[in-house]
Amino acid sequence: MSNWLSDFIRPKIRSIVGAKDVPDNLWEKCPSCEAMLYAKDLAENLHVCHQCGHHLKFSVHDRLNLLFDDGAWANVPVPTVPFDPLKFKDKKKYADRIKESQAKTNEKDAIIVAEGKINGLATIIAAFNFDFMGGSMGTAVGEGIVRAAEIAIQKRASLIVIPSSGGARMQEGLLSLMQMPRTTVAVRMVKDAGLPYIVLLTNPTTGGVSASFAMLGDIHIAEPGAMIGFAGKRVIEETIREKLPDDFQTAEYLKEHGMVDMVVARKDLKETLGRILDLLMRRNIKAA
Amino acid sequence: MPAMEFEKPILELEGKITELRNMTSTRDFNIAEELARLESKSSKLLVSIYSKLSPAQKVQVARHPERPHFTDYVRGMLTDFTPLAGDRLFADDDALLGGLARFRGRSVVIMGHEKGNDTETRIKHNFGMARPEGYRKAQRLMEMASQFQIPVISLVDTAGAYPGVDAEARGQSEAIAQSIDSCLRLRTPMISVIIGEGGSGGAIAIATADRVYMLEHAIYSVISPEGCASILWRSAQHADEAAVALKLTAQDLLNLKLIDGIIEEPLGGAHRGKDMTIEMVANQIEKGLHDLTPWDSDRLIKKRQQKYLAMGRT
Ligand SMILES: [Zn+2]
Repeated sequence: MSNWLSDFIRPKIRSIVGAKDVPDNLWEKCPSCEAMLYAKDLAENLHVCHQCGHHLKFSVHDRLNLLFDDGAWANVPVPTVPFDPLKFKDKKKYADRIKESQAKTNEKDAIIVAEGKINGLATIIAAFNFDFMGGSMGTAVGEGIVRAAEIAIQKRASLIVIPSSGGARMQEGLLSLMQMPRTTVAVRMVKDAGLPYIVLLTNPTTGGVSASFAMLGDIHIAEPGAMIGFAGKRVIEETIREKLPDDFQTAEYLKEHGMVDMVVARKDLKETLGRILDLLMRRNIKAA
Repeated sequence: MPAMEFEKPILELEGKITELRNMTSTRDFNIAEELARLESKSSKLLVSIYSKLSPAQKVQVARHPERPHFTDYVRGMLTDFTPLAGDRLFADDDALLGGLARFRGRSVVIMGHEKGNDTETRIKHNFGMARPEGYRKAQRLMEMASQFQIPVISLVDTAGAYPGVDAEARGQSEAIAQSIDSCLRLRTPMISVIIGEGGSGGAIAIATADRVYMLEHAIYSVISPEGCASILWRSAQHADEAAVALKLTAQDLLNLKLIDGIIEEPLGGAHRGKDMTIEMVANQIEKGLHDLTPWDSDRLIKKRQQKYLAMGRT
């Protein structure tokens, strides 16, 4: 794991994922093996632990930079949806939670839609930002997926969705549940247009997100160790009154149970996606 | 289940009425008069209480064990019911039942959650919480409906899809996602009625329909009020507040344009008049089917897609 970055590509990755901006003296503890990792090394290694290969959180921007050719992509604007449709309030107003998340992430909501090229092929990516209210899916996120599907069809591009979400945004009540059929319609339109729809499952993908568009891809790729499932582990433990094994609902567990096609390390994602898109989109190349 | 707190004054009156009736001949003029007085008082009380149920009270009514369940509707509004079993992959799921039947002259595919009504049947039906097999059976039935151009009726009554190890191992998420997709690709009209509890993904999996109706005191929500409270308020004791905030009543959801209509319940709730409730539900289903017949499959699918694409835009 530790030396996959050859000296040849290191400078390029460094410039793409922005490791050069990380101060030298910061470090982070690996949540899996507890190794102390210098932030700078971690950024250079795509936030994968050098010691154990654990995949730590990876920002949406870093991920888009990694996946798109030359780290070049353009933001696709997502139409604005009605704000706080239920006027929801728990201990805190939903309106305030949104504003706080917007200030924290500098994004409108929990999804970013981007267009660019992968392996030279036009591709649309809709990626979830877990830092925005746990990547939860409300109407704005639904709108993002619909917009991504529409633009993929319009540009004859492939669609890749990258969920990282705790599920539905309960502060939008039933409207958030309705994003399940809504996003299902969106990805169905992409399939009907004969374009590839690939899901890259990242940590975590649960609840209403996993039970809709995220499990409807032509191909499912998951990052190592990502938690993927319908019900939360705690809810299941409370229901069956048993402690669950550590590997329960991991990417590897899902592969073993036939729910994902492959578990791919972060460093291999771009190559893998590029190859799949090549096979699906360039269907007739004369042998040289 | 303990009596619903807010119904206690009604139950007391009803108890007195029964007592009086049993006590003596109603020919006794004084007693007859007293009975009439109590009965009128009782029905007035029912009207006043049931006309302003709080969301939290509706949650209790929606979950009332005496409400008509899937099996009651099958008996009450269908003939020739022919249950069909199994997902052809792994097993049959008694939490989600379905089959072929005749509804007022038409062949239909019927499916829905069954909660059971005593300990034995509740366990058999897993309290109406379906596993992947249930949702895969639903997919199979919808495919058959398309094949034979038969409309689909679904009756929703579940706390949610079953959160268990086996359900996860066999792909609960995938089964629900595919079931939603099956609803959307169905080539015949589909009518869903939330008859009690519409719990989250387990409900929408069979309720992505051309027409979605709710019984007057049914609830439909992305998460149970208890679950919502324990996450957002960090205590399930705030469930009543969560029930208000979630806007899970039929009346709120009609205002939000997320359902197509409300079916009135008999005075004092469906648990006080099973037959009448079933009749009202059947009438609404017939009306819905009538509006959607005859159909052009491609146009029907397009309209259904547009309906769901628009949800959240206005
Ligand atoms: Zn580690």
